[in-house]
Amino acid sequence: MLRDQSHVSSGTLRNSFERRSFLIGGLQAGVGVLLAARLGWIALVQNEKYETASESNRVNLTLIPPRRGVILDRNNAPLASNRMEYRIDIIPERLVDPEATVSQLGRLLSLTDIELRDLTDKLEKAHGFQPLGVAEGLPAELYDKVLVRLPEMPGVVAQQGYTRWYPTGPSVGHLLGYVGPASAEDYKKEKNPLLVTPGFKIGKDGFEKFFETRLRGTPGARRVEVTATGKVVRDLEMRDDVPGKPMKLTINGPLQDYASRRLGVESGAVVVMDCESGDLLAMASMPSYDPNSFSDGIGRIEWKMLSDDDHVPLRNKVLRGLYPPGSTVKPMVALAFLEAGLDPEASVGCSGGLRVGNRVFHCWNRRGHGSVNMSKAIYQSCDVYFYHFAQQIGMDKISEMARKLGLGQQFNLPVVGQHFGTVPDPAWKLKKYDKPWAVYDTVNATIGQGYFLVNPLQQAVMAARIASGKALNPRLLFDPRAQNAPSLGIPQDHLDLVHQAMSDVVNGPGTAGRARLPVDVLMAGKTGTAQVVGLNISSGKTGPWKYRDHGHFVAFAPFDKPKYACAVVVEHGGGSAAAYPIARDVMTFLYDPAKALEVLHGMENGWGGTPQQRMATRYQAVAQQYGVSAPKPADEKEILKRGESPDETEQAPRTPVTEAAPPAPEPDSDAATPAPAAPASQEAPQ
Amino acid sequence: MSRRIVPEAIAREPWGVLLPLFALNTFGSLVLYSAAGGHLQPWALVHTIHFLVFLAMAFVISRLPRDFFKSITYPIYATLVLLLVVVDLFGAVRGGSQRWINLGFMQLQPSELMKPGIVLALAYFFDSLPPAMTKNWRALLPAAGLIAVPTLLVMAQPDLGTGLSIAAGAGVVVFLAGLPMRWFVGAGIAGAALAPLAFFTLLHDYQRKRVLTFLNPEEDLLGTGYHITQSKIAIGSGGFWGKGFGSGSQSHLEYLPEAHTDFAFSTMVEEWGVVGGLFVIAVFLWVFRWGLNVARNAPDRFSSLLAAGMTFTVFFYMAVNMLMVMGLAPVVGIPLPWISHGGSALMTNMACIGTIMAVERWSRRGGSLSG
Repeated sequence: MLRDQSHVSSGTLRNSFERRSFLIGGLQAGVGVLLAARLGWIALVQNEKYETASESNRVNLTLIPPRRGVILDRNNAPLASNRMEYRIDIIPERLVDPEATVSQLGRLLSLTDIELRDLTDKLEKAHGFQPLGVAEGLPAELYDKVLVRLPEMPGVVAQQGYTRWYPTGPSVGHLLGYVGPASAEDYKKEKNPLLVTPGFKIGKDGFEKFFETRLRGTPGARRVEVTATGKVVRDLEMRDDVPGKPMKLTINGPLQDYASRRLGVESGAVVVMDCESGDLLAMASMPSYDPNSFSDGIGRIEWKMLSDDDHVPLRNKVLRGLYPPGSTVKPMVALAFLEAGLDPEASVGCSGGLRVGNRVFHCWNRRGHGSVNMSKAIYQSCDVYFYHFAQQIGMDKISEMARKLGLGQQFNLPVVGQHFGTVPDPAWKLKKYDKPWAVYDTVNATIGQGYFLVNPLQQAVMAARIASGKALNPRLLFDPRAQNAPSLGIPQDHLDLVHQAMSDVVNGPGTAGRARLPVDVLMAGKTGTAQVVGLNISSGKTGPWKYRDHGHFVAFAPFDKPKYACAVVVEHGGGSAAAYPIARDVMTFLYDPAKALEVLHGMENGWGGTPQQRMATRYQAVAQQYGVSAPKPADEKEILKRGESPDETEQAPRTPVTEAAPPAPEPDSDAATPAPAAPASQEAPQ
Repeated sequence: MSRRIVPEAIAREPWGVLLPLFALNTFGSLVLYSAAGGHLQPWALVHTIHFLVFLAMAFVISRLPRDFFKSITYPIYATLVLLLVVVDLFGAVRGGSQRWINLGFMQLQPSELMKPGIVLALAYFFDSLPPAMTKNWRALLPAAGLIAVPTLLVMAQPDLGTGLSIAAGAGVVVFLAGLPMRWFVGAGIAGAALAPLAFFTLLHDYQRKRVLTFLNPEEDLLGTGYHITQSKIAIGSGGFWGKGFGSGSQSHLEYLPEAHTDFAFSTMVEEWGVVGGLFVIAVFLWVFRWGLNVARNAPDRFSSLLAAGMTFTVFFYMAVNMLMVMGLAPVVGIPLPWISHGGSALMTNMACIGTIMAVERWSRRGGSLSG
């Protein structure tokens, strides 16, 4: 039609088709060659690279957390062991939809609102691959329920593994510490992939922390074939874990448990020591926490319970509780007098007080003790006797004896954070306060008040040293060999006199007649009541808990052939009457466990059950009251710090003591004559 | 093969192509058998049955006379356009786009059938166009319309891959029809200039993402780039001889997505290595060579355009799929014929083969029958 196109015919089109079809054919062949070349490039030249990538897709190396070394008591009963458990963890980095996954887990495991909030809190703070425990110790059917849903929940790990198990729970909380997932700081320090393996726990406090490297063991490893969604297809290779080394302690497990439970609802400590070997048989500190429930981290309700409790459950009072020892130092002071050459028959007339300088220092017994010699001064705990002779002998002799018997001393024990307190003397005061020593300082110190601060462990050591006359050191790691403790160099007749006087405290006309053992063993002891505040604030017996006197009791038994030494402290117990029944029952347990347990069971009925049961009840109450509104738990560091430092009332006075500290009344004041051992339940603290 | 033993009607069939195709399809069944973890179900058996059914269909198509082809061209085209409209309006939504109509025994994808459909329509159009008109742009407007309507309908689903596929098949027919070369050069330049514009305005987000991923797969290892990366790992780790039948970890452990459909080639190469890959490429090139030869020897313009267009349709499947799985093209959902599982695509490709066979029959009879 158009001029220049008129020559187009079917022939030319045929030619054009011919040419162009070759072009298309060429294109097809070219693409074929390109594909073949590309195939060769990927599969032959780069084969190695892709083979590696394929293998790293296929094979997954999983570390198996090693079983922690078991901790045994002296009779090889486990204090801490490992339990096979089902557990669920979350690896935050792998979560696709954190909210949906958490709520699905919540439904599957029927988690409470509180548990869900705790989990969300943990997720917020989570770092990368640091696994978060969701649930431990799951029953098999719940575990299976999660297992079948795993493909829908990337980032959730369900596995069977070993979890630390403390059979006696709170009884060993302070002694052993607890384990928990490694923190980001732990990981930064160690850079060990084991630390971010789900189910792996690290020692967080106490013995578990101190012996972390020994207890940890070597992880096992599992090479598995996994699908893209993380499902394990089959095991390729398995290397078993090497469990950590078992450790044997000197602790007597049942005694530890008994002592802890016997402390009941009080805040206090019990230390029992073997007078021959120096072995620590019990180191109980209450209230405590249940280390079993800490291994998943501390939830908000637990934190609320711990941080609100004025009994400071996080503090190990055996090592970190510092208290004025009160009259428990009197046998020690008597030994110092004897060493200085004082005749034990030298007497003082006690009329209920003694004028020192321009002040009258009262005896706890305002009616007076009449004529008092050394023995009577001990068993009747007469303050005037000590006021009088301490001024003659001088503080240096007393503080020397105090140190010799272990007060103010730090012991070589595998524990974290011992506070060693103060044994005051003129040089110390000058250095600390830049003030000269005054007579009233001696007077205060001689009845264990003023600047004097000791921990319960030191009191037990003091009792053991007085009992044995040897420079025993406490031991915590079991060693079948006896401790070759040198003699303290105290003449035997001095010791005999003090032993007899201490026996009279319990078995004679002393201040703790009701501490007499209900078995055929005579226990010797010494009461102590330490004032917390001046009498102008509180009588120390009643009133606000934190103003009440501390109750002390140190003891050993049998008095003539000492085997066991014991120290009991009851914080704000209102006086020594809170302490010595506990010492009596703990000692009884050593000779007749059945009888002692019967007493305990009766008491626990009154207290609302065992410590675990009481904690569970409290948990319910707090959960009910606060629910998810309870504040988030503090950092791990902060939590540990809570247990580190004694609070202010227990620290040495910031300002020098200038006043006389009148002694607190000995509670058993009417027990001038020995009283029969009363049923313990009547003495249960209110 | 002696003609005396085998009946002539059977001997005349292009066995030189059908047997390699059968081998290729059987190979595909083996791959699917392995991908199913060593089971005939759910893919391998169906794959073989589909092939046999569609082979029968191809034989039927190959028996159809040229006039019949011509007479049904526009009705078929119209029906397919109608189906595309229906799909756009009522079709099943799967994977974010509407492509399927449920026929009960199979999921029909009309856009698949449009690939040979457009070739048929354009071959007929250019056959009926007076030769002199081929250089007149006004005469080409109807052709442009024929191409634009289905292409746009398919892209609206949205299905970029099939849309491009239809356009490409059509483009080749137009090219072979003898339109001035400078138009194509011009269109190529214009396309290159407009591509960036289209990229930012016409494409859907997920399509744009795929293109970006293709340009830089390592950037998005767990997202879209994951497909390409895992596919390359599957192919690359196969080596020369492959990991062995049934031992492909990438496919069996589900690292390879769509291991039985779009990425079936990767599944295959992982287990059969470069050897398997070259076999597949060789069979395809053999089929293309046959198809273009048939086109060149065809008795008339309609037949040659038809055969060449059909060949190119098959080629486009193969090329785009294999370029994609080896990381040379963006991820588009185009299966590899005879290897990948999927009825619609196999039906389309067998229809193409059947049509080429028909053209071959027409040429053998030469002018003896009316054309």
